[in-house]
Amino acid sequence: MHNIRTVFRREMQGYFNSPMAYIFLVIFAVVSGYFFTNTFFLFGQSDLRVLFDIVPLVFLFFIPAVSMGLIARENNIGTMETISTLPLNTYEFVVGKFLAGFCLILLGLAATSIHFFTLVSVGTNVDYGAIFSGYLGLALMGATYTAIGTYASSVTENQVVAFIIGVFFVLVFFMLDKTLVFVPHSLAGILQFLAVDYHLSNISRGVIDSRNLIYFFSMVGFFIYLTIQTLEVRRWK
Amino acid sequence: MIKVTDLSKNYGPVEAVKSISFDIQDGEIVGFLGANGAGKTTTLKMMTGYLVPSQGSIEVNDMNIIDHTHEIQKQIGYLPELNPLYTEMRVYEYLEFLAGIRKITGRAFKDALARVVEQCGLNGVVHKTISDCSKGYKQRIGLAAAMIHDPKILILDEPVTGLDPNQIVEIRGLIKSLGKEKLVFMSSHILQEIQATVDRIIIINQGEIVANGTSDELMSNFMGNVLLNMEVKGAVRESVEHIQAKLPSVKFIGMEEVNGIQSVQFEYGKDKDPREDLFHYAVENNWSILKMNPHTTNLEDIFRDLTKDGGANA
Repeated sequence: MHNIRTVFRREMQGYFNSPMAYIFLVIFAVVSGYFFTNTFFLFGQSDLRVLFDIVPLVFLFFIPAVSMGLIARENNIGTMETISTLPLNTYEFVVGKFLAGFCLILLGLAATSIHFFTLVSVGTNVDYGAIFSGYLGLALMGATYTAIGTYASSVTENQVVAFIIGVFFVLVFFMLDKTLVFVPHSLAGILQFLAVDYHLSNISRGVIDSRNLIYFFSMVGFFIYLTIQTLEVRRWK
Repeated sequence: MIKVTDLSKNYGPVEAVKSISFDIQDGEIVGFLGANGAGKTTTLKMMTGYLVPSQGSIEVNDMNIIDHTHEIQKQIGYLPELNPLYTEMRVYEYLEFLAGIRKITGRAFKDALARVVEQCGLNGVVHKTISDCSKGYKQRIGLAAAMIHDPKILILDEPVTGLDPNQIVEIRGLIKSLGKEKLVFMSSHILQEIQATVDRIIIINQGEIVANGTSDELMSNFMGNVLLNMEVKGAVRESVEHIQAKLPSVKFIGMEEVNGIQSVQFEYGKDKDPREDLFHYAVENNWSILKMNPHTTNLEDIFRDLTKDGGANA
């Protein structure tokens, strides 16, 4: 746990010592804010549904961008060699990195809370439960995408390649339930269960089902496991 | 103590290191010398647990690197070849991170920081961002990073590459002082560097160890014949060629004459110095000796001889 915290802290320092984190947070706030406020006063509805619809689309590109450098950069500048010769378990390194990326995503989400306060101050009959479950869904989706991005970052030392691989995987899991009409009926159920959007829409509706939670946690666990294996295998090559 | 036994590493079909064995005792500074691509860095990477050997074993204080990777890594300080650093961090942040992984925090970290700042001469740059430091300072930061936990063993891969002569002398002095109490294993392809710093030299070529010993041992083991250049006046070719009959240990190589001065080359075995006999022979034949200059094999000749088949293929 101590080592995970140390890796996490270094990564956060890395984000905030460079313009990376600030650029991410500002652009994320501006993009999501623009789409939200554009229609918020038009419809006159006391909910954040527009926000919860737009953020998953923003995540598709933002999270691979945030996570592309997590491990690829270490491989690129050679610090992976220093890291690998420290008494540090690979899982501690990967989990620390993942948590740092995830934390930045949570900070991005926290920045959108300004819209929540706007809603509370001008809206009526605010459904706090729906807002809570909406944020929970986005956080779980963010964790899943960050895990996928961390894995993409571990398979290459080129950050641009890591970004492209990350976007590809994220898009696949995002698009799965939109292709159901094209696949045989027997596969449709499986593909739907694998789709991120399917589970997100369940949670966003306010239904916090253990199946959805298990799905998100399994996805995070699976991609973190893949990342650890990718790094371990490299030592034996 | 480090004991390397039958160590091999293959990168696909390429054998980078071929069944090498050696050991290093505590308090020794050992130089690992080889041409670029000879297998030095691969060997060091295996010794630090970064790469897993294809065959053979590495034991550090009777612990095997495969089974006790972290215990061994706790005892080792490693400076990788290209000295990779998180350049966006400040010097103390970087050292704090490495110390944190090694569970050195709070007061213990402050003491460790003060020690390495003193040892590596990092005064004045501790609060600087690493990217703003000069190459010499970056190298010192790499060394400080390797020493933050006061390890018993230091493994340094090309520690002085890219430094100017003054910095080289400083780092050399630092390594020598560290070697009094630590085991230091350093690689280099710069012969003078190794010769000036280490107690013992291991030479690797194309993945195999071709020499292992002190500088004097290598000289006596690998020194070939001595080439003697003489400049004389009054020598004629017949009497010069006749020398071999008179002094069998001397071999006539060649002779040329410029402005009445004869330059003559002889060769003789390293154990039999015939210069006194040559002097008497010259007197008998009425030569005036102007110069007598024996060229002995030096460590550089030995290194080039041992590694002349080496290439950048590993």
